[in-house]
Amino acid sequence: MNFPPTRLSVIARTRSADEEMRRLAFATIIEAYWKPVYKYLRLKWQLGPDQAADLTQAFFATTLERDVLGRFEPERARFRTYLRLCVDGFASNARKAERRLERGGGVPMTSLDFESAEGEMVRYEPAVPADVEELFYQEWVRALFQRAVGDLRAWATSSGRDTMLAVFERYDLADSPDDRPTYATLAHDLAITPTTVTNHLAAMRRQFRRIVLERLRDLTTTDEEFEAEARRLLGSAP
Amino acid sequence: MSGWLGDAAVAHLRAVAEWPDVGERYEITRRLGRGGMGVVYGARDRVLDREVAIKVVDDIGSHADAARLLAEARILGRLEHPAIVPVHDAGSLADGRVFYVMKLVRGERLDAAMASRTVSERLDLFLRICDAVSFAHAHGIVHRDLKPQNVMLGPFGEVLVMDWGVARVAGAAPDKEAVVGTPGYMAPEQEHDARSADSRADIYALGVMLDAMLPQPAPRPLMAIANRARAARAADRYDTVQGLSRDVSRFREGAPVDAYRESALERLARIYQRHRLPITLVLVYMAVRMILLLWFRT
Repeated sequence: MNFPPTRLSVIARTRSADEEMRRLAFATIIEAYWKPVYKYLRLKWQLGPDQAADLTQAFFATTLERDVLGRFEPERARFRTYLRLCVDGFASNARKAERRLERGGGVPMTSLDFESAEGEMVRYEPAVPADVEELFYQEWVRALFQRAVGDLRAWATSSGRDTMLAVFERYDLADSPDDRPTYATLAHDLAITPTTVTNHLAAMRRQFRRIVLERLRDLTTTDEEFEAEARRLLGSAP
Repeated sequence: MSGWLGDAAVAHLRAVAEWPDVGERYEITRRLGRGGMGVVYGARDRVLDREVAIKVVDDIGSHADAARLLAEARILGRLEHPAIVPVHDAGSLADGRVFYVMKLVRGERLDAAMASRTVSERLDLFLRICDAVSFAHAHGIVHRDLKPQNVMLGPFGEVLVMDWGVARVAGAAPDKEAVVGTPGYMAPEQEHDARSADSRADIYALGVMLDAMLPQPAPRPLMAIANRARAARAADRYDTVQGLSRDVSRFREGAPVDAYRESALERLARIYQRHRLPITLVLVYMAVRMILLLWFRT
């Protein structure tokens, strides 16, 4: 597995003395986790869309402002698990208090698009998945991959790899196996050879993997946690 | 294109991102399965335009696994035999993981293929397995994990002994692991200390395999052969795989086997089975002579 070199994780950067670094670190965590948290609150805690949106914002505001992340102990749990347990505690307290939650101030979350998150919830209706914790993981993976694909697009566009990007988008991002074109079709449509399709896909997957691992490194706190997450995400299932 | 990724796209990306980057020559096409220390992928060799299998170490940081996989590749490279899967290439990925490229074996596992075979066919397969193991022993290599699941039967009758990942070269540095092999097929001395396992540990496993391959109830001489091969004390087993296969061959030919002391009746029955036609002709001839003799006397 191609592990990027160790560097200060985003969780560690939330404790930085540098305010800008702290703000960016918070933004990265919110970016990675807000959708999983929102959907988790909707499904496990059976909250309505508005309530779940309010609680999601309040959770991140409170969590980050009160340095809840500073209490995370990497040797006891993965960060993702810790955060999910925090969500459970927060939702439980909110339900007990039955109070209206304050929307967080000072935390960069103005761009959270709850409408789009709600649109993605359609696939869970009307059934609630049996394993809601697994859902949290799936949504976390989806959020991670979506960001990685965004980074990949930016990288390909800025470096003039438009054809490579087109091959990757049409083949690897197809909504279903039935929508996936053959190499020959792709080659014909893009006026390249099937061998070039193969090579482009290999190059884009290599870059995608590198970006995912970089982002994963950012979201984990120790080498052990990173390796375990990477193995679960991209490694081989037993 | 929107940023939303559906379940199918996420699953596909997880799969393709997992596939190792084995360079320009090979194109990974699918995942075939998991072995003891790595994952085996199906791939296309672009240079020779053929299907191959690629085994890649699982853990990037595991030097022990990398060393074992490389050792396995080298062992297979040394063993050029029709019943041992050939290695075509070996190397390291960009992340340092070791891989080797081998023939893509199609077919079914021995344990799944037994039901439809006659005893004679089963013994023929067993003897071919013995040939491969004997060949390895002659090159100073002990497999140490022989079992039906590690033998593949090809569509054209090929027999291939697989998974040499825990094989040991005679004289090589002793393993750190206390136990290697599979319970049920491991010789008692191998269970206690893998380092003490020599070629007789493979003979033990072959004895267990022979027993598993036989229909029940099995002929007594064959059971005796299996029991001798899998004797608890290494000294009580066959000295060599050739000794074992010679006894099995003798049974097939209707000859007495070393492992079984037969009674006079069993010996007669065996001799009759072996020479049924001439004995029957002689008996018929003698009976006719006797009848004619009695006829003319009366």
